Amino acid sequence: MSRRPYTRTVSAASWWLAQPRYIRYMGREVSCVFIGAYTAVVVIGLIRLAESGAAWGAFVAALQTPASLIFHGFALAFALYHATTWFNVTPKAMPVQIGDIVLPDSVIIGAHYAAWAVVSGLLFYLAGG
Amino acid sequence: MARSHKPIVWSLFAAGGTFAAFVTPAMIVVSGLAISIGLLPAEALAYDRMLALLQNPFGKGFAFLTVFLPAWHAAHRLRITAHDFGIRADLIVAAVCYGLATGATLLAGGALLRL
Repeated sequence: MSRRPYTRTVSAASWWLAQPRYIRYMGREVSCVFIGAYTAVVVIGLIRLAESGAAWGAFVAALQTPASLIFHGFALAFALYHATTWFNVTPKAMPVQIGDIVLPDSVIIGAHYAAWAVVSGLLFYLAGG
Repeated sequence: MARSHKPIVWSLFAAGGTFAAFVTPAMIVVSGLAISIGLLPAEALAYDRMLALLQNPFGKGFAFLTVFLPAWHAAHRLRITAHDFGIRADLIVAAVCYGLATGATLLAGGALLRL
């Protein structure tokens, strides 16, 4: 071994702290932890529901605890960040061209936000009705 | 062209990310926050109501997708993010991530079939 081995000057674990845009990127990526954790909560809820009325009641009571509220608050914040970052890249993920007309990014993004509002409104309506 | 499992993983990631973007924020509010902050009455999550909702085939299907798609999205993104945090044991990470997503999907499916 005559040559000096190459050593990275950038940390493999903390490189993303170097720039705000890297931190935003990691924030977007870490949203998956909260999406996954919320999914686990849904799975537990379904199991409790299939068990008995008492088990479901205990699950719903646990959802009202401060710890649960804090978790769901963070989960909502990350889910919203995931949603906005997801919709904002849709023109890059699936550009729309009709004949010679290339749909502007704002139209594609706007359509997603409009559909998001409709879907969310529908879910709130069904949950309350 | 070499065959790869990537398109399947990627399409599940994309479908899951889209579902998680459109549906998950509202679901988090409905199931985790709405009753506590007084947005919905406590009866919204009443046992009989939820049972009727999830015994309906459409309710069942929606509940299954609410677990299955975001779980796979999260699993795939977590696998990639582990690499970003400097974890290089991709085979183990992939097995854990996709294993958790498979487990969540099977548990949800099983519970829904018992309703």
